[in-house]
Amino acid sequence: MPSSTPGFAMLDARAMVKRRLGLRLWLSGGWLVVLVVAATFAPWLAPHNPLEQDLFTSRLPPFWMAGAEPGYWLGTDSLGRDVLSRIMYGARIALVVALIAGTATALIGATLGLIAGYFRGWADLVISRLVDIWMAFPPVLFAILLIAVMGPGLVSVIVAIIVIDWTRFARVVRAEAMAQGAMDYVASAQVAGQKRLGTMLTEILPNVLPTIVVLLTLEMGIAVIVEAILSFVNLSISTDFPTWGGMIAEGRTSVHQAWWVLVFPLATLFLTVLSFSQLGEGLKDRFDPVLR
Amino acid sequence: MTDLYTVTDMHLSLADMVNKPLFGSAPRIDILHGLSFSIKRGEVLGIVGGSGSGKSTLGRVLVRLLEPSRGQVLFDGQDITHLNEDALRPLRRRFQMIFQDPMSSLNPRRTVGSIIAAPLKLHGFDRISVRVDQALDHVGLPRSFRTRYPHELSGGQRQRVGIARAIAMEPEFILADEIVSGLDVSSQAQVLKLLADLVADLGLTLAFISHDLSVIRRLCGTVMVLYQGRIVEHRASDALFAAPEAAYTRELLGAIPLPDPDQPWGAQAG
Repeated sequence: MPSSTPGFAMLDARAMVKRRLGLRLWLSGGWLVVLVVAATFAPWLAPHNPLEQDLFTSRLPPFWMAGAEPGYWLGTDSLGRDVLSRIMYGARIALVVALIAGTATALIGATLGLIAGYFRGWADLVISRLVDIWMAFPPVLFAILLIAVMGPGLVSVIVAIIVIDWTRFARVVRAEAMAQGAMDYVASAQVAGQKRLGTMLTEILPNVLPTIVVLLTLEMGIAVIVEAILSFVNLSISTDFPTWGGMIAEGRTSVHQAWWVLVFPLATLFLTVLSFSQLGEGLKDRFDPVLR
Repeated sequence: MTDLYTVTDMHLSLADMVNKPLFGSAPRIDILHGLSFSIKRGEVLGIVGGSGSGKSTLGRVLVRLLEPSRGQVLFDGQDITHLNEDALRPLRRRFQMIFQDPMSSLNPRRTVGSIIAAPLKLHGFDRISVRVDQALDHVGLPRSFRTRYPHELSGGQRQRVGIARAIAMEPEFILADEIVSGLDVSSQAQVLKLLADLVADLGLTLAFISHDLSVIRRLCGTVMVLYQGRIVEHRASDALFAAPEAAYTRELLGAIPLPDPDQPWGAQAG
């Protein structure tokens, strides 16, 4: 056909552009990898039994201070338990909660948000009202109430986080899906004869996915904090198993004699939550072809 | 020539969400007031009108993105006025649309290849990869663009992708809704040339919506002038440009800058 031979060659320079991984992604990802390895292999890596008490080695300072014992890198608490080993075992709880609660929250919230934002109509009406009502409950009180009903334990903590935080995803994803739904490529899918559900999954979802990923990493950070808060007030798992929140609560009582019992779990918690949020930001940049 | 589209006394009203009361349903605003016309096979129809004249709305009715509230729309003898989405699906291949804003009409997360292939897959075409390549050839884009994302292309290239997606379906009718209004003048000329060639090569029927009469004049055999949801003039383009009948058409023609302002429209070269 006459028109099939282009009279000029179009430049295609994008093929040569490369982009390197950002420092932000390296640092946050690196810290989380360290944490995951420490948590997974805690029984082999931890220098001591995290539950082993020894009053002769109580309140040992970290390794660089005078009076430190070799082998107790980050010192010991008032019962002589190794702080480093307890942080490593505590990471197991924190990461399990972050992973399971974060993912489940994202799945439930994003699904409802996507349906409300794309299908609109009565589905939106029902889901949006539910979100409004849900968000009127004070979250921490809601969590404590839930755990009081279900009894403390890992499962209760995870369920509490899911039940409280799905609204965060639902609201943000709904707004995003609405904005995407108004774009012409959705009309174009309709012109092509695409079914509504198919359009939602193949056209809208990929455009909302970066938002979901960022929220998911933020949510994992939040889940770690909520778990710490609940174990701080003794509503997480049983008290003798080490959790970061529990360690912070114990360290608080002896902060003047042994600051390291408080500071190290706190710093770990801080770095972890920060890493989760920075990981989200970094991943968003990577995922977005427009920013690439 | 047979009629591809026959539209009889078609009305369309949309919900007026601005004036929606707190409870109860929104009042309706009439956009189109009883349009009757037909589009012949192989015809290139220009639809012009000012902002809010209903030209895009009319186009969206033709490809059934909107449902008329009254009247009848026949496509190739088949009543598509109130067909639901399931019943429309087999027909959808036959009338395609090119959108005004190619940035918004191409999914930013999909590659050009996947954008062109998606409608083909839905309609069970064979040799999809070959057809995508052919479509890219048709619109004068390199085949390597299959792996590009829309934001990596220029405006004119994006609009070519939109055209490739439409013609890959081998439709009988294409609606082009203001497809050159977002492009610079040289891309406009190229895209218009391309469209004219495609219409001739593929034997397409085309409805070309524009507010730019000089574009319409170059491309279209017949012109329909819309004003506030009514047809004020619908004639062969030569006759219309030589002697506009309706006052509104004369107003539109008068608004176009001419190369030689002392000569009337009919006497202009080119």
